[in-house]
Amino acid sequence: MAKGENGRDNMQIDGHEPRQANAVYEEFNANYLKAYYGKLFPHAEMFKWMSYGNDGKHPACDHSYFGRREFSFTLDNDIYLRFQSFNNATELENSIKEKCPVKIDIGPVYSVDPAKRHAYAQSGDNVFTPVERELVFDIDMTDYDDVRYCCSGADVCLDCWPLMTAAIKVIDIALRDDFGFNHILWVYSGRRGVHCWVCDGRARRLTNEQRAAIADYFRVYKGNDNSQKKVSLMGPVLHPFLARSYTEVLRAFFEEKILSGQKLFATAERFEKILETIPDESIASELRGKWMESRRSSIAKEDINVIRWEQLKHLLQSGKHKAQGLRRCVEEIVFSYTYPRLDMEVSKHMNHLLKAPFCVHPKTGRVCVPIDPEHCEEFDPTGVPTLSSLLDELNSGGQGAEIDNELDRTSLGKSVRFFRSSFLQPLLKSCKEDMESSYNRKLQQSKNSLNW
Amino acid sequence: MEIVRSQSKITADAVPTLPLYRSAPALEVRLEDFELFAIDRLRVLRGISDALSRGKKPEEMEKLVKDLWKANMRHQNASEVINKDIISHFVLRLVYCRTEELRKWFLSMETMLFRYRFRFESLDAQRALMGEFDLPYKAVSNAELENVKEKLGQVARSISQPLPTADTTFFKVPFEEVPDLVSGRRVFILKGYAYVAMNQVVSLVVTQFRSLLSKALVLTNRKWTSTIREQEKDRLAPIVEALSTSYIGPDYSQPKGCAEISIRDIDQIANSSFPLCMRHLFEKLREDHHLKHGGRMQLGLFLKGVDLKLDDALAFWKAEFSQKVGAERFEKEYAYSIRHNYGKEGKRTDYTPYSCQKIISSTPGVGDHHGCPYRHFSEENLRTALGKMGVSGRTAEEVMDKVRNRHYQLACTLTFEAIHGSSCDAGINHPNQYFSDSQKILQSKKNETS
Repeated sequence: MAKGENGRDNMQIDGHEPRQANAVYEEFNANYLKAYYGKLFPHAEMFKWMSYGNDGKHPACDHSYFGRREFSFTLDNDIYLRFQSFNNATELENSIKEKCPVKIDIGPVYSVDPAKRHAYAQSGDNVFTPVERELVFDIDMTDYDDVRYCCSGADVCLDCWPLMTAAIKVIDIALRDDFGFNHILWVYSGRRGVHCWVCDGRARRLTNEQRAAIADYFRVYKGNDNSQKKVSLMGPVLHPFLARSYTEVLRAFFEEKILSGQKLFATAERFEKILETIPDESIASELRGKWMESRRSSIAKEDINVIRWEQLKHLLQSGKHKAQGLRRCVEEIVFSYTYPRLDMEVSKHMNHLLKAPFCVHPKTGRVCVPIDPEHCEEFDPTGVPTLSSLLDELNSGGQGAEIDNELDRTSLGKSVRFFRSSFLQPLLKSCKEDMESSYNRKLQQSKNSLNW
Repeated sequence: MEIVRSQSKITADAVPTLPLYRSAPALEVRLEDFELFAIDRLRVLRGISDALSRGKKPEEMEKLVKDLWKANMRHQNASEVINKDIISHFVLRLVYCRTEELRKWFLSMETMLFRYRFRFESLDAQRALMGEFDLPYKAVSNAELENVKEKLGQVARSISQPLPTADTTFFKVPFEEVPDLVSGRRVFILKGYAYVAMNQVVSLVVTQFRSLLSKALVLTNRKWTSTIREQEKDRLAPIVEALSTSYIGPDYSQPKGCAEISIRDIDQIANSSFPLCMRHLFEKLREDHHLKHGGRMQLGLFLKGVDLKLDDALAFWKAEFSQKVGAERFEKEYAYSIRHNYGKEGKRTDYTPYSCQKIISSTPGVGDHHGCPYRHFSEENLRTALGKMGVSGRTAEEVMDKVRNRHYQLACTLTFEAIHGSSCDAGINHPNQYFSDSQKILQSKKNETS
C-alpha cells in the first residue's frame, strides 16, 4: 500500500480516480461497497451454491430449501440483522444491493423459514431448529501468537503465513482421505486466517455431537498460559492421522519454513521456550551450555536455527536416552509450532454463523477469496485484491475492451472462475446425482409396498 | 407398569441380564418398592457422578460400577433382581424427565452405567445385545483387513491396546456412528468409515442406547405433564418431586439472597471466599480488563449464583471491559450476553452456574483462564496460586498429592479447610457451595467476636 506524503485521500466514488503513485487511499468505505455489490459480487453463484440443486425442475427438488437458510447482515452503523431469509436469487441479490452489508454471514438451513420462526416452538414436535449446515472450520493466526515472532495480533506476513498453509494441508487431506468428503471450499478470511466449508450432503447433515467428534479428532494443541505442556503425544506410536500429518506436511514445513522464518533458536529467550519442553533436564542443560557458548562464534555459513535444531534432534533421538517422555519430544516440538489450531466452538454448533466468501473485510479491504488447497503454498495474503484496487481496475478498463463481463476485467474474475469450476460445478453435479438416485429409490420403495 | 398398594405380585418376563429399557414391562409394583428401588438406583447413579468429577480412570470406573451395583441393586429374591433394575430405571425416568438439566444428568449417568455393565457381559451376550439394536455395521472381510492391517495395528498401539490378530473381528461403520471413538482418535478412519474392534463395539452400542433413552425421556416428559402428573397428584407425584430434589443438590439458580454482594465489597469477598477457579478468573479480569467467552460464562454465572444482581453485574463487567475495549463496544458486544445469562434475552433460559464436574471437564484453550486450576494448571503455577491464598508447606503438599491422583475436588476441599480452619465433610461439589460455606463460616466468626 503506497503511503502519501501529504496524507491526502481521494474518496469520491463518482470520480474515483485511478491510483496515483504515493497517494493514500482508503481501502474500504461504504460507497465502494455499493459498486462492489453492484458489479462484482457473485450473487448468482452464491445462490446456486446455497440451493444445492434444489432450484431445478426435477420433481425431487425442494423449493423451500433456499428460503429456509439463515443469512445475517451487519450494516454500516453496526446494526446487526439476524434471521434474514430469501425465497429466490433475485430477493437475495436485491437485498444485498439495497442494504449494502459490511459483512454477510451464512447460518444453517432451518426446519422452517426463519422469518416464520416465532410461530414455532423451541422443543416438542413443531420445532424451529437447524436441519442442515456445512461442516465448517475457522483457523485464525492470533491463536498462534505464542509461536510466531514476526508479527502478532492482527498482522500477517509471508513469514508466518506458512502456518496457515500447513494447517490447510493437514486438514484438507484428512477431510478427504479419512472422512471421505469431496466438496471442500477453503476461503481467505480477509485478514489473518482461513475458513473451510465442507459441503457434502453427509457433512451438512451431521449433528452437533458428530461435529464435535470431528473437531476433537483434529485437536492436538491443548493448553494456554496456565498449563505447561501444550502438546502431549502419548502412546508408543502415533495415530495414522497424526503420523501422516507429521511425515507428509509438518516436518517439512517446520524444517524448511518455520525454523528459519521464525528464527526459533536465534536468541536465548526463544530457544529457552523449546528447552523448557524437554522433560530431561540434563539434555536441556547440555544444549543450553552448547548454545550459550557458541553465540560468540557466528562464522558458520549455515543458518544457526538449522544447526541447533539438528543438535537437539541428535541428542533426543540418539538412543542413549530411552526415557518415555523423550521418545516423542521432537515430534511434540514440531506439532506445537506447526499443527493446526482450530476454533472448536465454530465447528461444533450447527447454528454458528460464519462469514460468507467474497465478502470484503472492513479493516483491510481485502476480498475473502477462495484458496486452492492443491496450490495453497502459492497463496499470498498480501496480494489479495482489495475493494479499492478492484474499483481501480474497473474504472481503468482493465484487460481490454473486448471482455464484456466487468468481473472478468478485474483480478477477482480469476477467483470467481475458480469457485465455479473447481467447487460449484462438481458440487452441483453431485447434488443432482444424489437427488436423482434417492428419488428413484423412493419411487422403487413405494412401488414395492402398498401404502394407503 | 401397574402400581398397586397390595401384596406384590411380580410376573417376571423373560428378560436378559442387561435390559435395554425399551418399554415399560407389564409388572406390578408395591408403592413402597416404587420409592425404595428408585433410591437404591439413585445411589448408584450418584456414585458414578461423584467418581466422574474426581476424574477416575476407566479401569477404576469399571470396578466402581460393579461394586455400586452389587451394593445397592440386590434383592433377596434372585429372580426379582431384574425387575428391580427395570422398575427403578422407569421410576427415575419419571423423576428426571421434567427439565432439560435433569434429563441431561440422568442421560449421562444411565449411559455411563450401561457402558460399564455392557463391558462385563460375555462376548456372546454382547453380540446378542448388538443384534437388538439393529446397527448398520458389517464385519470386515479378510481381504479388506489385509489392506488396512498395518494401520489398524498402528491405532491399537497408539491407544496401548494389544495388536489385532488374525482372529480379531473388526466392524466397518460410518464414522457418524461412533463419535466418541472418532473424538479420541481410537479408530482408524478411511473414506468415511471407521474400523471398530470388537472390544470397542461398546461405543456403538452405547451411542444407540443414549439416543434411544434421550428420545424416550422427552416422550416421558410429555406424558408426565399432560396426563400422569394430574392423575397421580396424590400418590406418585409427591414421591417423584421429593426424589429429584433430594439427590441433585442445590443448583444455585435461585440464590437465597442472604448474602447479596455489592460491587464495592467484591474485591475483598473474592479474596476471602472465592474458590481458586473463580479467584483466578477474577484476578485475570482485573489485570487484563478482559476475559474470553469461557471465562465470562464460568465467572459470570458464578456471580449470578452469589446473588450479584443484573444491574450490578452489568456495571461490574462494564467497569472492567471498558478499560480495554471502551464503553460503547462493551454495550454493543458484551452487555447482550450478560443479560442473556440472566435469562433476559433470546430464548430466556435462566442459565445455572457451573458445577465442579462441569468445570473440571471443560477444555480451556489459548488465552483462556477458565476450567479447574487443580486440573488445568501446571504444578508450578498451582503452587504459586495456592501460595497466594496462604496455602503452603505441608498442606500444599497434601493438596498437590490429591491433584496428582486426580482428586481435584478433594484438593479444593483441602484448600478450603486450610484457609477457613474448619472441616468440610461434604466436600466441595460446586463453586457456589464453596462460596456460601465460606461466607457462613466468616459470618459466624464475626458474630462470635462481636
